[in-house]
Order: sequence, then C-alpha cells, then structure tokens
Amino acid sequence: MSASAFTAGRLVLERDLRLAMRRWSHVGDPLVFFLIVTTLFPLGLSPELSRLRDVAPGALWVAALLSSLLAADSLLKSDAQDGTLEQYVLCGQPLTWLLLAKTTAHWLLSGLPLVLISPLVAIALGVPAHALTIVVSSLLLGTLTLSLLGSIGAALTVGLRRGGLLLSLLVLPLAMPLLIFGARAIELAIAAEPVAGPLYLLAALFVLALTLAPLTAAAAVRISIE
Amino acid sequence: MWTWLHKFASPPHFYRLAGLLAPWFGWSAFILIVGALYGGLVLAPPDYQQGDAFRIIYVHAPSAWMSLFIYVVMASSAAIGLIWRIKLAHAVAASCAPVGASFTFAALATGALWGQPMWGTWWVWDARLTSELILLFLYLGYIALRSSIDDLQRADRASAVLAIVGVVNVPIIHYSVVWWNTLHQPATVTKMAAPSISTSMLIPLLVMILGFTLCFVALLLVRVRGEVLRRERSAGWIREVMA
Amino acid sequence: MSLSHFLSMGGYAMFVWPAYAITLVVLVGNVMAARASHRRALAEARRRLGMGELAG
Repeated sequence: MSASAFTAGRLVLERDLRLAMRRWSHVGDPLVFFLIVTTLFPLGLSPELSRLRDVAPGALWVAALLSSLLAADSLLKSDAQDGTLEQYVLCGQPLTWLLLAKTTAHWLLSGLPLVLISPLVAIALGVPAHALTIVVSSLLLGTLTLSLLGSIGAALTVGLRRGGLLLSLLVLPLAMPLLIFGARAIELAIAAEPVAGPLYLLAALFVLALTLAPLTAAAAVRISIE
Repeated sequence: MWTWLHKFASPPHFYRLAGLLAPWFGWSAFILIVGALYGGLVLAPPDYQQGDAFRIIYVHAPSAWMSLFIYVVMASSAAIGLIWRIKLAHAVAASCAPVGASFTFAALATGALWGQPMWGTWWVWDARLTSELILLFLYLGYIALRSSIDDLQRADRASAVLAIVGVVNVPIIHYSVVWWNTLHQPATVTKMAAPSISTSMLIPLLVMILGFTLCFVALLLVRVRGEVLRRERSAGWIREVMA
Repeated sequence: MSLSHFLSMGGYAMFVWPAYAITLVVLVGNVMAARASHRRALAEARRRLGMGELAG
C-alpha cells in the first residue's frame, strides 16, 4: 500500500464526513429509523418487558438490518450523480481502497450511532444489564458487516431507477446469516449462557466481508460506470 | 480439443448444434420421467412409517436437487463469462435463472405438502426449508437485477458479480440455517454409508433425478439459443438462420 | 396395486396428487416458457435485422 493511496483514502473519508456534516440534519436519519422500528415491536406485540425480552434479540437486529439497508442506497448515489465516482475509477488510485474509505465513513455516520444507542434501546426492550456488552459487541460487528455488504449492493445498483428497493432485495438474503448469529448471541447472553460461538462466527463474517466486499464493490462499480 | 471448444462457443455453431441436440435431450428426459413415475407411484411399495405419502419424494427431492445444481451452473457460467468475456457463458447464466427459480418453488411447495402429513404443519422453519427459501430469494434477486438493467452487456456483468457473491454465500447460509435449527430428516441418498432407503424405492428416485437433469439440459439449450440471438451484433449468420 | 389404492394413495391423496400436479405444471411451464423465449428472441432478431441494427 503506497503512501499516496493511503492519503487518497484518508482524503475520501474526510470528504465524505465533511459533506455529510453539511447536511447534518439528515445525518441522524438512520438512527431515528432504528429507534422508530424498535418502538414498533412493543406497540405491535405487547408492552410487557418479559414478553419483549424474548423478541428483543430479533427486534434489535431486524431494526439494525433495515436501517443499514436504507442507508446503503446513499453510499454511492450522490457521487454517481455528480461524476465523482467516475473520477474515483479513473484517478489511478486503487478503487478498492477508496471504496473501503467511503464505506468506513458511511459506517461512522449510519452504523456507529446505532451501536452507541443500542444499550438504551435494549433496556427499553427488557434486556437485562448483564447482556448489554454482548448487545453492543454483536451490533458493532454486525453493522460493520452490513455496511460492507451494503456497499456491494450499492455498487451493483448505482444509477438504476428504484435501485434502493432492489438493493434491499439483493442484500437481505446475504445478511440472513448475520441476523441468525447476531440474534442468537444476544439470546444466549440474556440467558447468561456462553456466547463465544455466535460471536466468533459474527467476527468471521466481518473479516470475510472486510476482505472481499470492497474488491467486489470495486468490480461492480467498474461494471456500472462504463 | 481447444479448437473444437472454441468452435462450440461460437454463436452460429452453438445455435445449430443446440437446435439438433435439444429434442434428443427432451424426449430422453420424457421417457425417463414417465418411467420413474411408474416405478415410484406403482412399483415401489408403501413406506413402513410414512405410507404412500413418502412418494412425494419422487418430485420433491429431484426438484430440490435441480434448484441447487442449477444455481451452481448459473454461478459457474456467470464467472466464466465475466473472467473470459464469453457471451455464450453469460447466455447460459441468464437462461438458468428462471428454470432454477421454478424448481426452487416446486421444491418448497412439494416440501410443504410432504410436511403437513409428516410433521402436522404446512410450513416449518427447519434448516432445509429455510435455506431453500433463501435460495429462492437469491434467484429472484438475480432475475430482478437483470431486468432492471437495460444494457444487456452491463446486465450480464453485474448479474454475474451478484451470482458469484451469492454462490459464496450459499454454504454460509446453509450452515448458518442448519446450526440454527434442524428438523428435516437426514439425507437419504447422499450418505457415505448405504442409503437408508430400499432399492425398489431408490431406483425410481435416481431415474427421476436423471430425467430432471436431462430436461434441464434440453430447456437450457432452447433458452440459450434465444439468448445467443439477443446478444448477436452482426447480421451474417442470423440472416442464414432466418432463411 | 389396485386403482382405488393408487388414487387414494393410502389416504394421503390430498397431499401426494397436488405435489405431483405442481411439479407437472412447473415442468410443462418451463418447456412452454423456454420455447416462448426463443420465439421472442427470433422475432426480435428479425426486427433488428430489418431495422438495419445489425452490422454486416
């Protein structure tokens, strides 16, 4: 990794963060969506914490999943529209690395807030305090992986009409193992049972996504742009 | 041999050859399927535990096998098309998707019909049914992506990336779902030890699977001919075909 | 096997026969769809030829 590539990546990350801050009223959208969706569960099921506790793992993860998917559409959209994406392809820096930088910025804005607020939401859904570290760590790994998967979906659908819905259709089946392991981890934590299994699997999925997703997204961007 | 393969991949030769071969595969498939139907519905004795309901295996297992096999064919040919830029390979991948999706649907529907008498419920979130359902979603996503992109070449290449990502995920999805829940009976045919199914029941099953496979080849040959035409840029051999 | 036993499938007829019917529909549907797809491609090629969209 050459110094200039690293600098280019850093500049892309800073640019994305700076641009997002200019429209800072929208920065909170994924977070608000997450909060609203988790609120739907008590409203739709039951206000009793004991009952909510049973569905809390699934509810937290489904909400995080949906919020991530909604946010993924914006990863490449504005850059594609104003021609920046083309410049990234042509500029001679590794596109994989630039996309990784963009995905990181995207996660900082849409995934990290979810992770930070998750303990509060979990408590609201009846999750006992001893399980909260697992809630946070599983969602940390999960939102990172979801941002990476979302970048593949975004790259495949960039520029398409109604690409957002299609993106969700494409990414959701891929995200199902995440949902299974993540919810299971929280479920085990609530029951005070060992969580190593699902947590390791979540970590494995994250590492797999980290190594393969930016490459795949770069290939998909090249296909979509030419 | 490479010159022969290269010739085969050339559209006009493929078009002609596929046209000649398709009926042979089609009729052979028909004979095998009819034979397997007779063997499975009439000749095979009722199962000790499941009675005559077990006969659903003769449509369920081949459908499920096809749904997986076709996905692998689709992903492989998509990868070949993407890496070596062979239009015929993209044509094959495009042709696989609707056929694969339909067999996945058949596997799910026949599985549900088998589940009700066996487990007392139409649907159950066991490992096999659930991962088959997710496979259907993967097929539908592939088809949706293809139909959303107007430019055929871009559609070919984008959907090829998706197919490859999907196939990397299939074992992950499968094992995650297995780990999550298991109710489905263990594999009856593919165990290393002798299959836990008697010969008179097994033979029609194998014949049916072979019949379905030949049917798929015939369907593929017909569909790929059309896809090859769609991807053709020059008029020469098409004019001959029309004449 | 008697005809009545064949049709009733030992009491499981309402499961076995729909399963076979669905599979038959899928197989026949595939055949019809494949041939229709080829026919459409031919018509499209004819149109492109006529419009001069093809080189040579």
